[in-house]
Amino acid sequence: MKPHNHCANCQIHHRTNMIRLGLNPADTAYVIALAGNPNTGKSTVFNNLTGLRQHTGNWPGKTVARAEGGFMYNTKPYKVVDLPGTYSLLSTSTDEEIARDFILFGKPDVTVIVADATRLERNLNLVLQILAITDKAVLCINLMDEAKRNHIEIDVRTLSKELGIPSVPVSARKKEGTDKLLQAIEEVATGTYLCSPPKIKSHSKKLNQAIETLSKKIEKIYPNLPNADWVAMRLLEGDNSVMKAVRSGAIGNLHTEGPSILKQPGQR
Amino acid sequence: MIQAERILKGEEIITAANIARWELEPDFHDSIIESVYEEAARIAKKSVKQQGEKEAYYFDLKIDKIVTSKWLGFPIMLLLLAFVFWLTIAGANYPSQFLSSFLIDTIHPTLKGLSASINLPWWIDGVLIDGAYLSMAWVISVMLPPMAIFFPMFTLLEDLGYLPRVAFNMDNLFRKAGAHGKQALTMSMGFGCNAAGVVAARVIDSPRERLIAIITNNFSLCNGRWPTQILIATIFIGGLVPDSLAGLASAASVVFIALLGIFFSLIVSWGLSKTILKGEASTFSLELPPYRPPRILQTLYTSLIDRTLIVLWRAVVFAVPAGIVIWLTANIHIGDLSVAEHFIEWADPFAFLFGLNGVILLAYIIAIPANEIVIPTILMLTVLSANIAGVGAGSGVMFELNSVSDTADILHAGGWTLLTGINLMLFSLLHNPCSTTIMTIYKETRSTKWTLVASFLPILLGLAVTFLTTQIWHFIDPAG
Repeated sequence: MKPHNHCANCQIHHRTNMIRLGLNPADTAYVIALAGNPNTGKSTVFNNLTGLRQHTGNWPGKTVARAEGGFMYNTKPYKVVDLPGTYSLLSTSTDEEIARDFILFGKPDVTVIVADATRLERNLNLVLQILAITDKAVLCINLMDEAKRNHIEIDVRTLSKELGIPSVPVSARKKEGTDKLLQAIEEVATGTYLCSPPKIKSHSKKLNQAIETLSKKIEKIYPNLPNADWVAMRLLEGDNSVMKAVRSGAIGNLHTEGPSILKQPGQR
Repeated sequence: MIQAERILKGEEIITAANIARWELEPDFHDSIIESVYEEAARIAKKSVKQQGEKEAYYFDLKIDKIVTSKWLGFPIMLLLLAFVFWLTIAGANYPSQFLSSFLIDTIHPTLKGLSASINLPWWIDGVLIDGAYLSMAWVISVMLPPMAIFFPMFTLLEDLGYLPRVAFNMDNLFRKAGAHGKQALTMSMGFGCNAAGVVAARVIDSPRERLIAIITNNFSLCNGRWPTQILIATIFIGGLVPDSLAGLASAASVVFIALLGIFFSLIVSWGLSKTILKGEASTFSLELPPYRPPRILQTLYTSLIDRTLIVLWRAVVFAVPAGIVIWLTANIHIGDLSVAEHFIEWADPFAFLFGLNGVILLAYIIAIPANEIVIPTILMLTVLSANIAGVGAGSGVMFELNSVSDTADILHAGGWTLLTGINLMLFSLLHNPCSTTIMTIYKETRSTKWTLVASFLPILLGLAVTFLTTQIWHFIDPAG
């Protein structure tokens, strides 16, 4: 349990602690990536956070390039990067590559995964793929108003438990839930919340064994790498950009530094 | 561990991976994906509860069955398009008149009086007030009202989720043309602004199909050209029918031109994919997002601020120097005639072949930076070359006329016929992109060759189409 602090739990407290920095995220303390399926409202969440007016529209594929902005929360400056929406991270297309490379090499302190509450199961496929790469993530379940209209009930706590990351219900179009989202982002960024995403094993024993052997080798060189299993998997698949990163040693820059390692587990 | 050692070990790992790969089942990749899907399904089952029926979902399905149906899909699209234009044409008239009477009949004389009272030299007064100010005032009064109606309506449709349905309807046509189905989306964006449409072509992955989408985007009438279409349609097409039907007839003719643009988009895509950009259309899946109730107030606000004002600002920025250029071409004399008159006399015989005139060609050269200023330029040059007495305030002055009928009088006096009007509408659809779009095309393709193709192909098409129209017209009606 988090220590109980009445002020910190009050919504007004958070709103007033937030300053939108628009296009000038000066001296960023934390970098936030916005990822998710197409048409889940990433750009709307982006606009809510930064106060910018990135064009939004109800069609998939609207964001074609990375958009960046910033905000100030509890006196700390954050930079937000809006990534193109993708259905997977297998990098079969340009936008998937942009999104994956940023999560992998851009070293965001928190990846906010925006999901459509009315299509959660399909969205979870991408969520799990992202969690295989990074363990510092927040699930932003957007379009809760639409889910309500469709009589869909979502057990947010169960989701958090299963995914090992904070899950926040949001209705970005109505600007509802931004405060809770900010709080979750801060907790993950500062390491107050320790994420523990599930490790997914395949049915193939041979494959699992190959991944394990490889990832042990990888972990020997890079003990702090959060995604050794994923890197091993990509190497088995012959992913060129991951191979390059292993060859050059760039993959080592991916390990999570900072407070989350120093904190004792069990904080949440 | 030092970096050099890490790199050495990295090489070892890759070798190990390369060996291990051969030990695995050939479909090992799928098995990982499968387990991700299974896990997602398990978590979703645990955390998502569907209470009763998915009402909105079935409602969406029902609507989609109608708006994307084989028989009703296209008629509904056309009706929606026609309705949007009709509302724009009907609604923009009054505020346009109000703005022009304020900016031109009230402010302009005041400025003239002011400059006279401080004894401004005549040429500074001319360049600044008759050139720069009037062109800006014209652009504002002609463009602001239709944009303030058109953009919010377009944004509402976008917010609602109608655009992907348009793409869905059009997909088959584009695929048959050898282009990417998503080109329907970039085409729709082009209806707002071609430069935006060209950037939106990034959603298409195959370079071949992306190039086709970029080159053909110019066939989507952009907001800079809507006012031209609407005004000319009102004068020449609306004038053909009784007053009560004039609005409808002009709206219908604008829709026709827009459809012609879509037609050219398809034909040119087809031509390109059969010749210099050969290839098969790639498949893709297009998600039809759920309909969402549009946020009316927010849409009004953002479309006014983000689209209308930004586009208007761009128009004003370009109109000011263009106004100065027009004033100068009309007032710098070589021999007896001004530069503008020289050009018009020289270009007229050539232009008549295409049912246009020298004025229109000169206007399109001056208006390369922004299509928005074509009409003011044409009017000013017409008055100048036809030497119509009693209108305007002298050589090279861009002015607004009090009503559409005054504008019509000028054009008729300048020798314009129904044919000129029709050809101008056609040429406005089929000519080079504005300089901003050309720049964007270059930035996106990084290729001088394709930028040139995208710039000159529409002009050639435009000349061919207007030439044919004119010759057929003369053939049917030798007197006309």
